[in-house]
Amino acid sequence: MIWDWSFALEILPVLARAAVISIEATLLGFAIAASLGLVLAVIRIAVPWTGWTISVLVELIRSTPLLIQIFFLYFVFPKFGLVLDAFTAGVMAIGIHYAAYCSEVYRAGFDNIHRGQWEASIALNLSSWTTFRDIIIPQAIPPIVPALGNYLVALFKETPLLSAIAVLELMQTAKIIGSETFRYTEPITLVGLFFLAMSLVSAALIRALERLLNRRNTR
Amino acid sequence: MGIRTLVAMLFVSLAVIAVLATQATYRLFLPGLLQGAVLTMEIAILGSLLAVIMGVLAALARMYGPAPLRWLATVYVEIFRGTSALVQLFWLFFVLPQFGVTLDAFLVAVLALGLNVGAYGSECVRGAIQSVARGQWEAGTALNMSRAQMLRRIILPQAFIAMIPPWGNLFIELLKSTALVSLITLSDLAFKAQQMNQNTFKTIPIFTLVLLMYLAMSLTVSIGMRLLEKRASLGLARGKAA
Repeated sequence: MIWDWSFALEILPVLARAAVISIEATLLGFAIAASLGLVLAVIRIAVPWTGWTISVLVELIRSTPLLIQIFFLYFVFPKFGLVLDAFTAGVMAIGIHYAAYCSEVYRAGFDNIHRGQWEASIALNLSSWTTFRDIIIPQAIPPIVPALGNYLVALFKETPLLSAIAVLELMQTAKIIGSETFRYTEPITLVGLFFLAMSLVSAALIRALERLLNRRNTR
Repeated sequence: MGIRTLVAMLFVSLAVIAVLATQATYRLFLPGLLQGAVLTMEIAILGSLLAVIMGVLAALARMYGPAPLRWLATVYVEIFRGTSALVQLFWLFFVLPQFGVTLDAFLVAVLALGLNVGAYGSECVRGAIQSVARGQWEAGTALNMSRAQMLRRIILPQAFIAMIPPWGNLFIELLKSTALVSLITLSDLAFKAQQMNQNTFKTIPIFTLVLLMYLAMSLTVSIGMRLLEKRASLGLARGKAA
């Protein structure tokens, strides 16, 4: 028999515990990505001369592989005296990588704000901080929530990369089970099914959110 | 980013590689890394070909195929978009042999990456085909063309241009995903880097060179796709072109 149900059930609790780590890494990574991305996008508008620097930085981050960036943070930073444990290095690499993508999403959101809103803020003598906090960001964020949601799902699917620096997340646990028992079929298939289930659920949630936001906007 | 900036960045990254190569600590690693880069490019090119074929087939099957084909294409797209690329690689490499199908690592890499990106690509193709104005179909009907004729002669040539930018993004995604194949024992650029790092602990030169090489490769893809887009939209009254 190729597929052994009792073995699959036996490893399920172990994988479930590892899934918690994967989800933790996803949430922490996305928290970094969403906030750092916002900061980058705001700086780009608030301090015009940084525009070129930031777009080159974003291009650099987006056009090199995440796996290499994870290695870079984990192996190269200690040479400069900054030793990170595997989980921190991995989460930071994922967070910074997706911050580059998210900053572009925020930028699209800001570009969609009518110019009159900026002009009105200047006319009312609002500081640029107040303009961003109370006028621009509350209008810019809701339309881009679905796009950010897509990146959340994409980021979640990148977490198996952390197994390359031996973070004990889902994929690494499956690999360990595989190498201990010489049975790869069940652990890796279960990991695949887990990701499939999570992505389908989150895709449905994003679609529901999109409908909700659209309804509110058209009203 | 304008095409000029991209070309400038490509030149800068190549120049930095050239300058670094004059130093002994860096030159030492260059031949091995270049060997890895060749494998990376091979996988990226073959994977991209497979991705384009799968993307177009899946999109056409989903839009115009008979019901069973439509379901098959939907299942394919959902499975490959819904699971992680790394999990797909491992599944094809470690699990498939248990069912009696043993593929060598290179084939697995091309298959997994091509099928993965093809699934995303099918959505681009679908979007592009749907973006062609409905009047074009109606005109085709008025001229008594069959649906296959309309697709081939009228719709796809117009959809082609709309597909270029998203496919450019996907090719870069695929190029970057090739770093994953180092985890199924293929000695691509990422694998060489790791191996050299473990042997020599010269972490900074190795990973700096590797990052620059990936950067140069993806910039080349970006520039190529921009040129293709310019070329394809010649003589067409499109708003954003030229």
